[in-house]
Amino acid sequence: MQPQPILQLKEKLADLKLGGFSWNNRAVWSVAALIIILIVNRLISPNFFSIDMVNGRLIGSLINILDGASAIILLSIGMTLVIATKGIDLSVGTVMAIASAVAVMLINQYEAGAGEFYYMPGVVILIAVAAGAICGLWNGFLVAYLNIQPIIATLILLISGRGIAQMITQGQSPTFTNETLAFIGRGVILGVPFPIYLCLAMLILVTLLVRRSAIGLLIESVGINARASFYAGINSARIKVMVYTLSGICAALAGLVVAGEVKSADPHKAGEFAELDAILAVVIGGTSLNGGRFNLFLSALGVLIIQSLLTGLYVSKLHPTANLVVKAIVVLAVLLLQSDEFRSFLKRLFRRRA
Amino acid sequence: MRNNEQAQIPLIETRGLTKTFAATPALSEVDFTLYSGEVHALLGENGAGKSTLIKLLTGVHKRDAGVILLEGKEIEPRSPRHCQELGISAVYQEINLIPTLSVAENIFLGRQPMRRGLVDMKTANRKAYELLKAFDIDIDVTRDLSAYSIAIQQIVAIVRGVDLSAKVLILDEPTSSLDRHEVETLFSVIRSLKERGIGILLITHFLDQVYEISDRITVLRNGIKVGEHLTSELPRIQLISEMLGKALTEELAVQKSGISSNGLDREPFLRVHGFARRGMMQPFDLEVRKGEIVGLAGLLGSGRTEIAHLIFGIKHSEQGEAYVNGQAANLSSPQKAVQYGFGLCPEDRKEDGIIADLSVRANIILALQAKLGWFEHLTPKKQEQLAEEMISALRIVTTDMEKPVKELSGGNQQKVILARWLVSNPEFLILDEPTRGIDVGAHAEIINIVKRLAQEGKAMLVISSELPEIVDYSDRVMVLRDKQVIAELEGDQISEAMIMQTIAER
Ligand SMILES: Nc1ncnc2c1ncn2[C@@H]1O[C@H](COP(=O)(O)OP(=O)(O)OP(=O)(O)O)[C@@H](O)[C@H]1O
Ligand SMILES: [Mg+2]
Repeated sequence: MQPQPILQLKEKLADLKLGGFSWNNRAVWSVAALIIILIVNRLISPNFFSIDMVNGRLIGSLINILDGASAIILLSIGMTLVIATKGIDLSVGTVMAIASAVAVMLINQYEAGAGEFYYMPGVVILIAVAAGAICGLWNGFLVAYLNIQPIIATLILLISGRGIAQMITQGQSPTFTNETLAFIGRGVILGVPFPIYLCLAMLILVTLLVRRSAIGLLIESVGINARASFYAGINSARIKVMVYTLSGICAALAGLVVAGEVKSADPHKAGEFAELDAILAVVIGGTSLNGGRFNLFLSALGVLIIQSLLTGLYVSKLHPTANLVVKAIVVLAVLLLQSDEFRSFLKRLFRRRA
Repeated sequence: MRNNEQAQIPLIETRGLTKTFAATPALSEVDFTLYSGEVHALLGENGAGKSTLIKLLTGVHKRDAGVILLEGKEIEPRSPRHCQELGISAVYQEINLIPTLSVAENIFLGRQPMRRGLVDMKTANRKAYELLKAFDIDIDVTRDLSAYSIAIQQIVAIVRGVDLSAKVLILDEPTSSLDRHEVETLFSVIRSLKERGIGILLITHFLDQVYEISDRITVLRNGIKVGEHLTSELPRIQLISEMLGKALTEELAVQKSGISSNGLDREPFLRVHGFARRGMMQPFDLEVRKGEIVGLAGLLGSGRTEIAHLIFGIKHSEQGEAYVNGQAANLSSPQKAVQYGFGLCPEDRKEDGIIADLSVRANIILALQAKLGWFEHLTPKKQEQLAEEMISALRIVTTDMEKPVKELSGGNQQKVILARWLVSNPEFLILDEPTRGIDVGAHAEIINIVKRLAQEGKAMLVISSELPEIVDYSDRVMVLRDKQVIAELEGDQISEAMIMQTIAER
């Protein structure tokens, strides 16, 4: 029955709260998971941490991870807020396709010499983002005003969205050459890829928006107890419309990043299964699918965990078919580590052995 | 008779039972005994550790130290389910049923009668109906539990507990939402269980009920056992001072009401004419003046909560009109009601009140923040200041304001909801059972707060199952029966006898 001294020590540590730091904090476990994965990657490939400057551009696995993660990080921002309200947005992948289709079709008119202001690259980007916002508004309307369950409401767009994107591109996968639009996906500032700046800017902007206003609190309140929030006079419909709209905007930006990278809009493949990675990242980041407390930076961390894992698998030269299995196992491990129930189960297990 | 029971092996005995949450000691070295065939009342202020004690007994929480003996043998409660198998059934303060299942399903959850490998819902329904009928509750057991009032839900939880073959039945504040009649039926069930040799552990804040039904009393204060007595040998005054740790001072005693009549000549703040909703409430008129306290009295299900819901826009009225300060008002949702300066402390604290995972601070400022809107953000400093004020004004027991509200004791959660509406600075406050689950000291405080708010010129509508309370503070009492307002009592007409007579009249 005597607990091991080591465990006692750990429990003492658990009770120690150092300026918000606690061993029971999910953030700690997420960071730990990321560090472990990075170290394993380093063991597999010795120059994993090296970063070089080539032609004014930083090159290295770490940069690749950040760059490769950027589209999903953008998605995870909107997804986090949606999930915090106890919702879910399955349509983000198709919204990426729609936004990139819109942008590429318009920009090609510009390249072909059309002079109207709405073919200007800057305006095209705004229109593509607006298209994402409209998709989000639609989802929000279904969820908040027609009381359709989020998974069903957004499934509608998940299914129909690719059709819409194909209609926009007339069934083609158009390419483009416009450098302004391409910059969103492949531009470089001070050696660092532009998408990384975009992610950071969105993370900071949205965090400021929700935390410097009452929106964050109201989102959490609605997610934790919708009825009690209603009784407290919170207009939860408006909150829901807002988060789905924001999710649509984030998805449009992610769509532009992907389109810029490959200089084309592929209505079939753009953003395919991206919603699943985004949802996974949010959950790894500690936001419960039951709604409630959220942290955008932790969701981004979740994306980085997935992305470094993928990179690691790639450099390990494991047979590609094993990748998905390994990914699933590692994700499961991270989720288990974060779960209070699982940790106390482990504790009990060790205690009984002792 | 007691003496010879003392000699027998206790049904339950704890020695040195201790529990600390993070840094909060909730229970320290408590020795407690429960004998077969006795009703043992566990008393103490909000946050004294009563619920914690029973949660340790039933394996909801794991104890830090101490032993638990059941019939002389040491047990290791792992989970409520495990304890049920051992013969310890509990009905917790926060009802733990599933609102979206039917009443019958809730009663038989996990042990449904089977027939040819399938759940025999027909038998389950019949049995559930009969069990409830024994409590004089005649309802449709196939409807969702959530369709019924909190009181009915409470009884369903009790029926579920009693039905399991129990040696020990633990009831954490079972009567707080019951009216007199229902308390009587519950007590008669408790007495018959007692005759069968079941040991009953009862937690309640109603001292009258303690003296009516219990044989022995254990008093906790700040997690420490401060006394164990035979009920017949403990004068009430001594009991109260043991619970509070000091004599019941003037300040705690309920101030005599001095507001009656002076409120009556003021202008009405709210006037409702012909509000109604099919299947919910017959048409009614209602006026509440500034500085006036209007009480709603009636049996459970008579339409008291329904009136509160229609006025606050939880459900919108299908007809009639409302005027606030003489102006036509649209009360179709809580958001609108709040903009007119309304507030509502709901009856069901867990489902309709607290945001469990948010901090005490966030819970307190929530309604005010919702009223201010998205961008008029209360600064953290302002939030802390408001929460600080309320925590000391209502004497909310919490280690700090950042603690999730779900970690507070039941009575203190109730105070947090009241605080939420007080900081929103309402002009009209609807309180649905505001003293439920509140200890003796705080009970008086809350009644004094109700009166003080009225003196400050606020309009008040108060629902309570406790008639003495209603009689004490109401300037006017509306009496309800069968979803209808059947009488309005004023001035000298307001008395317990008169209210009961009105309810009983046919
Ligand atoms: N899960 C928890 N986490 C942290 N602290 C807790 C938890 N549950 C209870 N506490 C703390 O333990 C103390 C005792 O709480 P308990 O619920 O036992 O009180 P109680 O006597 O039942 O009060 P009430 O009459 O208000 O229901 C309180 O200070 C409370 O804040
Ligand atoms: Mg309690």
